Amino acid sequence: MDGRRTSNWWSLWGALVLVWALFPLAWMVSLSFKDPATFRSGSPRFWPESWTWENYRTVFDNSLFTAALRNSFGIALIATVLSVVVAMFAAYAIARLDFPGKNILLSLALAIAMFPQAALVGPLFDMWRGLGIYDTWIGLILPYLTFALPLSIWTMSAFFRQIPWEMEQAAQVDGATPWQAFRKVIVPLAAPGVFTTAILTFFFCWNEFLLASSLTSTDSARTVPAALSFFTGQSQFESPVTAVMAASVVVTIPVVILVLLFQRRIVAGLTAGAVKG
Amino acid sequence: MAEITLRNIVKQYGDGYPAVNDVSLDIADGEFMILVGPSGCGKSTLLRMIVGLEDITSGDLLIGGQRVNDKAPRDRNLAMVFQNYALYPHLSVFENIAFPLRLRGKEPEDEIQRKVRAAAETLELTEHLDRKPANLSGGQRQRVAMGRAIVRNADAFLFDEPLSNLDAKLRGQMRTEILRLQRRLGTTTVYVTHDQTEAMTLGDRVAVLRKGVLQQVASPRELYEQPVNMFVAGFIGSPPMNFVPALVQDGELVLPFVRFPMSDGLRAAVAERSLVMVGLRPERFEDAALLDAAALQGGVRFRTRVDVIEWLGNEQYAYLPYDVPAGTDRQLQELARELDSERMRNQLVVALDPQSRIGADSDAELWFDPRRMHVFDPASGDNLTLSLAGAGAGVG
Repeated sequence: MDGRRTSNWWSLWGALVLVWALFPLAWMVSLSFKDPATFRSGSPRFWPESWTWENYRTVFDNSLFTAALRNSFGIALIATVLSVVVAMFAAYAIARLDFPGKNILLSLALAIAMFPQAALVGPLFDMWRGLGIYDTWIGLILPYLTFALPLSIWTMSAFFRQIPWEMEQAAQVDGATPWQAFRKVIVPLAAPGVFTTAILTFFFCWNEFLLASSLTSTDSARTVPAALSFFTGQSQFESPVTAVMAASVVVTIPVVILVLLFQRRIVAGLTAGAVKG
Repeated sequence: MAEITLRNIVKQYGDGYPAVNDVSLDIADGEFMILVGPSGCGKSTLLRMIVGLEDITSGDLLIGGQRVNDKAPRDRNLAMVFQNYALYPHLSVFENIAFPLRLRGKEPEDEIQRKVRAAAETLELTEHLDRKPANLSGGQRQRVAMGRAIVRNADAFLFDEPLSNLDAKLRGQMRTEILRLQRRLGTTTVYVTHDQTEAMTLGDRVAVLRKGVLQQVASPRELYEQPVNMFVAGFIGSPPMNFVPALVQDGELVLPFVRFPMSDGLRAAVAERSLVMVGLRPERFEDAALLDAAALQGGVRFRTRVDVIEWLGNEQYAYLPYDVPAGTDRQLQELARELDSERMRNQLVVALDPQSRIGADSDAELWFDPRRMHVFDPASGDNLTLSLAGAGAGVG
């Protein structure tokens, strides 16, 4: 009886939280389907009076958005792949080897993760212009890599630590070189960790706004979150809100798909360091 | 196939502590060698040095006459079975066994198929070849680990406490399985265990280690009959040997519960010592009431109080408390600690014939043959009766 009542309470709380979290999302979807000319009617309603695809058409006709979408995919993918590869080797070394300065390295990584990014925007802006990589893909990939690596290293080293060392020793006795042991035994076993890290890194790069808006100036490297802030209506008397919402829905879709596909792995990855290792 | 030679092997860790100290050992081609000792004696470290997972601080390790100190594990051509099996969870049983062959990459696929199936046949794993290790029982996993070892014609097998994760019944089965396999393949085998039943039943020879130092290398029978010191004597045998302090007075040995004259040989061995440790195996005692006069002749009889009786069916154990002379108690405590056993009180453990009618809390007359006891130096623990014909050894 008692357990039943508790679980009812949990359901109630769950429903409340769900509404709280989904309301802005629903509003976003609803706005994206409203008519841009008349969505501010005298008697506002939550759902559109007439559903229209017009905003989506506007967004995809806009070269600002399509270029940004291309940039976002490119930059996020490259940064993710690089970050995962580098983090994999770093995490393996941290999990397996005992070298002087290991703890300093880990604390430094953590410090980088905690460093306020806003403080870096000014110096980076000047440096990037000096180096000639302002408003380029590489100019965004570099800082993304820097900020994504600490989290990746921490998550993956937690995964590597869970793999018994005997696995590797057995492989070595069976005739594997250290590289073969890593590739044929350790990497397949750490695959869930690699996946999780990759997804988390991708989200971070995909959603990042501050650096994306300050280190870019044209279509050549601007990512979607930054591009959205430059949206204008078709005339200056028309508010771009509905188009912005349509664009937001478009960029949210890949995130939602990824989360739905890998949600169990992501949860496992987020808690991997908490219980073990 | 190869012989393994260890010459003055030392393993020192960063803090200078020698985990293995100056061990020299010759393991003949095809021999089954057991490394045994209480936990922390360095037996696993020694094995891992042979396979190449631990660096050797000093000394030479030769496999098949070749010095391999600086060779990587993969170049030594040894096969190892780990305590927790170390199977690859992402590979099927077939791929687990085929793993060393695929790494070598020399055999064609049908040759690999043939070898893996042959190994699986030997170990009765054929019907499990497509399963993943997670779906296997402990004994099956153990067999897969052995399959991975036998499939590749290694020069030697190394086992690191392979049965300690199994339950008692399965352990017995797998023990005979390992023995049968080794006898058939005739491969040199080094086997680490802390279980003396495994040590005694499996080994051609057994090496007893204590704190990184090799105590004795001998056949199981010799270890039991002629232990070189108190440590080996106390480690081999179950229930363990009784150590009783004895005073030497006027050519007689004075034990807490009996005194009897020493033989000439024993008197020479004891020499000037006034205090010795007498080692008596529980199974060397008999209930005097069950022996005929002729048998009683050769031995010593004594009456003593029996405290507790444990009847097991095939034999029974009697516990006889006694008081010890002052000064010897501390040494017995120390020995007990090294042997990983808790020494609660001074008592004699005696294994009696199950037909014996001796009851708990009563007086009993017991008999033993002093020619089959061991006498140890109380300070060094060395066996003084080793050289004596008939003492301890030879008779059994």
